[in-house]
Amino acid sequence: MKVNVKVWRQENKDAQGRFETYEVVNLIPEMSFLEMLDTLNEQLLKRGERPVEFDSDCREGICGTCGLVIDGMAHGPKRACTTCELRMRNFNDGSTITVEPFRAQGFPVLRDLVVDRSAFDRIISAGGYVSVNSGSAPDANAIPIPKDIAERAMDSAACIGCGACVAACPNASASLFVGAKITQFSLLPQGQAERHKRAVRMIETMDNEGFGNCSNHAECEAACPKNISIDNIARMRREYMKGSLKAV
Amino acid sequence: MSVISIWNSTIGKKVVMAITGIGLMLFLVVHLAGNLLLFVPDEGQAFNQYGAALKSMGPFLYVIRGGLLAFFLFHIFAAIQVYTSKKRARSGRYAVETSKGGPSKMTVASKSMIVTGAVLLIFVPLHIYMFGMNKGAPPPMVMIDGNEIKDIYSMVATSFNQLGIVVFYVATMLFLGFHLRHGFWSALQSLGAMSPRWTPAIYTAGFVFAFLLAGGFVVLPVYFYFFIDAPVASAGGAL
Repeated sequence: MKVNVKVWRQENKDAQGRFETYEVVNLIPEMSFLEMLDTLNEQLLKRGERPVEFDSDCREGICGTCGLVIDGMAHGPKRACTTCELRMRNFNDGSTITVEPFRAQGFPVLRDLVVDRSAFDRIISAGGYVSVNSGSAPDANAIPIPKDIAERAMDSAACIGCGACVAACPNASASLFVGAKITQFSLLPQGQAERHKRAVRMIETMDNEGFGNCSNHAECEAACPKNISIDNIARMRREYMKGSLKAV
Repeated sequence: MSVISIWNSTIGKKVVMAITGIGLMLFLVVHLAGNLLLFVPDEGQAFNQYGAALKSMGPFLYVIRGGLLAFFLFHIFAAIQVYTSKKRARSGRYAVETSKGGPSKMTVASKSMIVTGAVLLIFVPLHIYMFGMNKGAPPPMVMIDGNEIKDIYSMVATSFNQLGIVVFYVATMLFLGFHLRHGFWSALQSLGAMSPRWTPAIYTAGFVFAFLLAGGFVVLPVYFYFFIDAPVASAGGAL
């Protein structure tokens, strides 16, 4: 199969970007979207042109490194799927696919499709950890956690920090990411000691990084490759209000 | 932490939006309930008495009005800040924007809150000028049980017999419906009241609430236009 890719090209952080359209041939439907871009880059290199730069690492949907806005949807049209796991069979032969970087003030474009997501690292540094001494791995029966609570914490912990929530949000809000991180700790006993301080600090950092305000569109949940629910955002708000009112 | 820094946070702002929004929704429910007295077939006696009862609340009425005004102002102020923060956060626009469907609640209603809100902001002062102040003219009076009270019923009947006013009201109330469709459930989500078990029910309740409330306000002018004649020679008539 073959497709036309209308892809965002931008020399560097400060340069003005533009779209370029390329025809990519010799594709098979089993190829991943990133393998299609690899094929495009081989074609560009053969012609002596600069390849399209994009991020990827594990290519099995667990690292959160890849992330493109494909035809207006973060990670493309398939739900609960990362860009690397998206297959070319999800597109029609001969179609034109628009590929853009995640666009947000908090995620500046570095080059082509590569964005700087270190704002997420700074949010995690502000509180996405447990710093109290919880000792070595305790016996499983020493800290009893009900099954349903453990499952909910795991659902939140499934966040791979890819930033698709920010990319998909009409307001470029990072609430789903931060909500998932805060929820994960707030549900588990190890997270209790720093529970409220954590919520306040992480949200202050999120706001300072230039992410927008959540307007409850829930588009983030639809875009999330790990199906993280906006229930995490509701919980984040409760945690923040409790934490901030305690500190007044 | 100071109260100011809570207000400045994205979450604090949404909490203010939610609390003021819920307050304004409660006001709308009371307002519509009162307006339903217009349907009582007694030539407006019940509605006029309701108006007189509100008036007799004296200073307490001004406390309520002041509270409502404060709620409006905080709601508008927070809305403008949310809107400008959104514009800052997404400086570069996407060439293509598509909803991924599924659990997404991104609709025309959710994306046009600032527009529907602005329409309501224009509507409210006009509405108060028309019915609260009778366009600056002395209001018509009526005698009920030996007391002379304002004949607000005939003001409503006069206004809602003019096609332009009816169309304007119906159109604005449709905007209100869209505003409430997202506003109702969004307020509860902003207060952190949602859980996976309740979200679908509350989201549906938001639609029902918006439909009933906007529907109620739409039916009134239409009913008057088609079924109630404008009062003849009401003293100092509404128009």
